Amino acid sequence: MIKILKYSFYDLMRSRWSYVYFLFYLLLGLVLLFLNNDLSKAVITLMNVIIILVPLIGTIFGVMYYYNSKEFTELLLAQPVKRSSIFLGQYLGVSLSLAMSLVIGLGLPFIFYGIFNSDAIGNFSLLLITGALLTLIFTALAFVIALTNDNKIKGFGYAILLWLFLAVIYDGIFLMSLVFFEDYPLDKFSLITTMLNPIDLSRVLILLKMDISALLGYTGAVFQKFFGTNLGIILSSLMLILWVSIPLFLIKRISGRKDF
Amino acid sequence: MISIENLYKRFGKNQVLKGIDLEIEEGGIFAVLGPNGSGKTTLIKSILGMVVPNSGSIKLNGKAVKNDWKYRNNIDYLPQIANFPGNLSVKELIRMIKDLRAHKTTGDKELIELFRLEPFLDKKLSNLSGGTKQKVNLVLTFMFDSPLIILDEPTTGLDPISHIRLKQLIQREKDKGKTILITSHIMSFVEEIADEIVFLLEGKIYFKGDIPALKTKTGQPDFEHAIASILTSSYDKDIKV
Repeated sequence: MIKILKYSFYDLMRSRWSYVYFLFYLLLGLVLLFLNNDLSKAVITLMNVIIILVPLIGTIFGVMYYYNSKEFTELLLAQPVKRSSIFLGQYLGVSLSLAMSLVIGLGLPFIFYGIFNSDAIGNFSLLLITGALLTLIFTALAFVIALTNDNKIKGFGYAILLWLFLAVIYDGIFLMSLVFFEDYPLDKFSLITTMLNPIDLSRVLILLKMDISALLGYTGAVFQKFFGTNLGIILSSLMLILWVSIPLFLIKRISGRKDF
Repeated sequence: MISIENLYKRFGKNQVLKGIDLEIEEGGIFAVLGPNGSGKTTLIKSILGMVVPNSGSIKLNGKAVKNDWKYRNNIDYLPQIANFPGNLSVKELIRMIKDLRAHKTTGDKELIELFRLEPFLDKKLSNLSGGTKQKVNLVLTFMFDSPLIILDEPTTGLDPISHIRLKQLIQREKDKGKTILITSHIMSFVEEIADEIVFLLEGKIYFKGDIPALKTKTGQPDFEHAIASILTSSYDKDIKV
């Protein structure tokens, strides 16, 4: 697996898109710091961008990489390598190179700005960690979708739909149900609903850490009340890790049975 | 070397292999022929473990290949379509495939010379032409010294000189006592190099034997017509049905 990972990582690190993705974050970090001049505000703005953009890029890159390397994967399958090693290796190659673009691209401007001497270092690291986790989650989901769909167009379609659902539609349904059932106690409902969506969960995770959950309104208040800040963060992190491990398990399982 | 018993494979509603029994002895060149969609590639991919059969068994040297992957150390495979990670160089790709194999003795230098690939070694794979990619593909296949070689349409995109070199290469490997499995649609190529023909028709073995036997069976004086006569009789049958 490490060998496959090594070479797909090499391959991706030299791809134009990795640079574009890296430069985008570099630019975003610089612009935000110059315009805002306030680390905490910059972190919040970044959070809003990251939470939507990272899942989108993760899914698209994951699906694209899988379909583009299909013929090469066939060649690898004929080599004395376990199937799961091939796909997990490729998955890690994609997700780690994406995560690296994110962490280095945003890290550099913040380091130059002096993040190490500031109170925002904790919030900022958490932002990068959740960003990396979201990359891992959505690339894994993309691989699951690509493995189950031999038709490229369908695969892309499902991947975009998944992103659209988790990033946009899910929240809409959630809010509408809150309005619709406002006469009932909704604490547990909203808690569970938030836990089930990795994007919402990451947002809550960061906002809890920043102690500005009042901004989040209802969901944040519920989270604050139920968990207190520490337990909330631990539970949310566990949930995110679960979001990585379940798709990984599926990749292993589906690739083991698939015909190529 | 390879023994296949009662092999069935279905893709959705499409029954591709309908009970294949095949015994391939050690040594010699075997050509797997058949019309489009007759199951040639599926058969080859089943041997390689890329396609999981619905039922039946495949044994390599007496050992079942199911749920195993180490046996692929003894097979060299040339896939039909050559497509490689675009941002790696030819050199890196060769190193990667070597990394994955247990046998480290390789003849890649000689092959690179044979196919005149030196000027391309440091080039990115995305910048290579189709024919050059196929040559790289051939190097990746032949650089290991495995007893079984499987070639899926090896002549695609090759210029005449490389074509001749490929034939010499296949002949040389055969002389070492290796077993070589080839699929091809180019009948003159098959006639020139194959010792035995395995003819697949609608997911079954229609014929297995050498070229003279095929000519006798079909009553045709030359190989190309013999194959054509099998195909036309099968098409006629389709039309009647």
